[in-house]
Amino acid sequence: MNGATYSSFLEIAAGLVILCAFVTLWRRSLRAIVRTLAVQGMALGVVAIVLGVHRRDVVLIVVGCLVVLAKGLAIPTLVRRVLANEPMSRETSPLVNVPSSLVGAGALTFLAYGATRPVVALVSTSAGRLIPLGVATLLIGFFSMVVRRKAVSQIVGLLLVDNGIALVAFLATAGVPLLVELGASLDVLLVVVVLRVLAVQLWSKFAVLDLDQLQELHD
Amino acid sequence: MLAFVLLLVPAATGCVAAATPWRRWIGWLCTASLGFVLVTGVVLAVLVVHRPALSAFGGVLRVDALSAFMVIVIGAIGLLAVCQSVRYLEREVSSGRSSARRATLYSVLVQGFITAMLLAVVAGNVGVMWVAVEATTIITTFLVGYRRTRGALEASWKYVIICSVGIALAFLGTVLVYLAALHAGGVTHVSLQWTSLMSVAHHLDPGVMRLALALLVLGYGTKVGLAPMHSWLPDAHSQAPAPVSALMSGVLLTVAFYVLLRFKAVADGALGVGFSRMLFVTAGLLSLAVAASLLLSQRDYKRMLAYHSVEHMGLIALGAAAGTPLAIAAVLLHVLGHGLAKAVLFLASGEILIVEGTTEIDQVKALLARRPALGGVFAFGLVALLGLPPFSLFISELNMLRAEVHVGLGWVAAISLVLMAVIFGSVMSHGRHMLFGARPDGEVAHKSPLNVSVPLIGGLVACGAIGVLAWPLDTLLRAAAMVVVK
Repeated sequence: MNGATYSSFLEIAAGLVILCAFVTLWRRSLRAIVRTLAVQGMALGVVAIVLGVHRRDVVLIVVGCLVVLAKGLAIPTLVRRVLANEPMSRETSPLVNVPSSLVGAGALTFLAYGATRPVVALVSTSAGRLIPLGVATLLIGFFSMVVRRKAVSQIVGLLLVDNGIALVAFLATAGVPLLVELGASLDVLLVVVVLRVLAVQLWSKFAVLDLDQLQELHD
Repeated sequence: MLAFVLLLVPAATGCVAAATPWRRWIGWLCTASLGFVLVTGVVLAVLVVHRPALSAFGGVLRVDALSAFMVIVIGAIGLLAVCQSVRYLEREVSSGRSSARRATLYSVLVQGFITAMLLAVVAGNVGVMWVAVEATTIITTFLVGYRRTRGALEASWKYVIICSVGIALAFLGTVLVYLAALHAGGVTHVSLQWTSLMSVAHHLDPGVMRLALALLVLGYGTKVGLAPMHSWLPDAHSQAPAPVSALMSGVLLTVAFYVLLRFKAVADGALGVGFSRMLFVTAGLLSLAVAASLLLSQRDYKRMLAYHSVEHMGLIALGAAAGTPLAIAAVLLHVLGHGLAKAVLFLASGEILIVEGTTEIDQVKALLARRPALGGVFAFGLVALLGLPPFSLFISELNMLRAEVHVGLGWVAAISLVLMAVIFGSVMSHGRHMLFGARPDGEVAHKSPLNVSVPLIGGLVACGAIGVLAWPLDTLLRAAAMVVVK
């Protein structure tokens, strides 16, 4: 792969990751949001594979394939199972409406470019220039956890945060050592399983769907 | 190799507990495994206190004086909590509130929780430390939600969401530290080994390290319970079964703080102490302020204890901000003393909940007259936590304040003294309400069973003893402090 193709592939894949983050804010149907999440997970895997091909690093290519399987297929399937239990599958009342959310996400992207200046300066490769996109995905994930009220939306927000961090890790260091990378991916999978169990229990025992209904504990 | 055996024993105990239906002897087996952890901690401390660190598996596991000290903390507080779990589970099973299967689940999860915390403190690799701390979140979620009431499920939902976000930020911080190490000049071999990060600390890019340390303090700080990321803590601690609250408040918070201390040492090498001091002072003072304001009007005694943990985590953050060897030694002594006293108090509060049937401060009256043993333990526990002599928290708080004044943070010490006075006053008034008063006519004084009082009094005696007797702990504390102070 020559230099120009490599960087344009990388830009497209990383761009797709951030684009998916915006789409999750734009859509209200929870099913569509979970589909977007699957696309984002695959794009993330492609980033790792493109980097691996460029650096002739077999381990990184394998990691990329695992990411496609885990974040593109396994995790979205798990989240979709939670949806199967819930009769309401739309985010009806976010705290901030859709147009304002998109403006907010745009502002967060600028913030991400500002905050990562020292990192970009240090890396100074074509991959390094894309690091702010990862940080922006992370910030949008936070934002959606704060403004969305459904249990599933919070799981999606958490996964956006995680995908953003994974994108930064791939772009900045071509992946942390394999042991840590695998530990981290396994952890995310387990967190989603745990959240799914909790969401199902909350729904089946107490008919709780919205996090606004979780008001029992306070000072 | 000893470090590996240390991890193997609780893990194997967990497997045995998983394979056998719950019986009382399983509970005692779990207690014995914690006894083993405590003894091994002492042996490790003797081995490394004046000698270089032990390592295994090419440095994935590494034990220096600081790790050995943390193993002792986990062993001591774990022993108390697991010992009391036997009684807790017996009562849950005999009253039909939980089945033998759920008691098995509880025992397995507690052993897994202990193993994960031990892995976090004996890991030589900061990536493995991260994995271990994240594993504690996943394991304890089901322990927090063990009672499966609406409140317990709500608390575990908040706990796992907030702590997962926190720990994700800590991962980003770790990635940035690794990035800085990759670009450190003149380094051929880069890894996430803590020792190799320390050896290149002076060459790490300051801009990236600033961002990384801020993310790490925010991330691991969530798990420590530092304000403003503390909001999961009072919910989780008040909803979890008492022995689990004791473990979480007594050791889990400080295990996360231990990881922060390691990163602070790396960042101080790259940036000097100024930046980390600013972060720790901000987080510490904010935690004290939050704890002070929410303790004033607290109505629930388990939440009162939880906010008290936020205060103590703030205090150790301020001690770490001072960062002198004396200050770090005092921080570590505080970690042990607070852990013991808080574990005793949470276990006592579990008993109070059982006999009184409420967690409201208003509903509990005249404990000292009605239940002298339980009330006495609760009273002495509060005295210890409020930092009065002869308990060790008095000495550690005094030394932390002295160190703060010594490095020119006198204003921080002054503000923290004022906030501590507010907290002292409000906890005293809540405690007075629960403890003092005359016994109602016709009610006889209840005795507490020996298997409740003996471990709790043992914990308090230990907390007093380490305050009065400096030897042999002070040699270990000084050696442990020198690990993270240059």
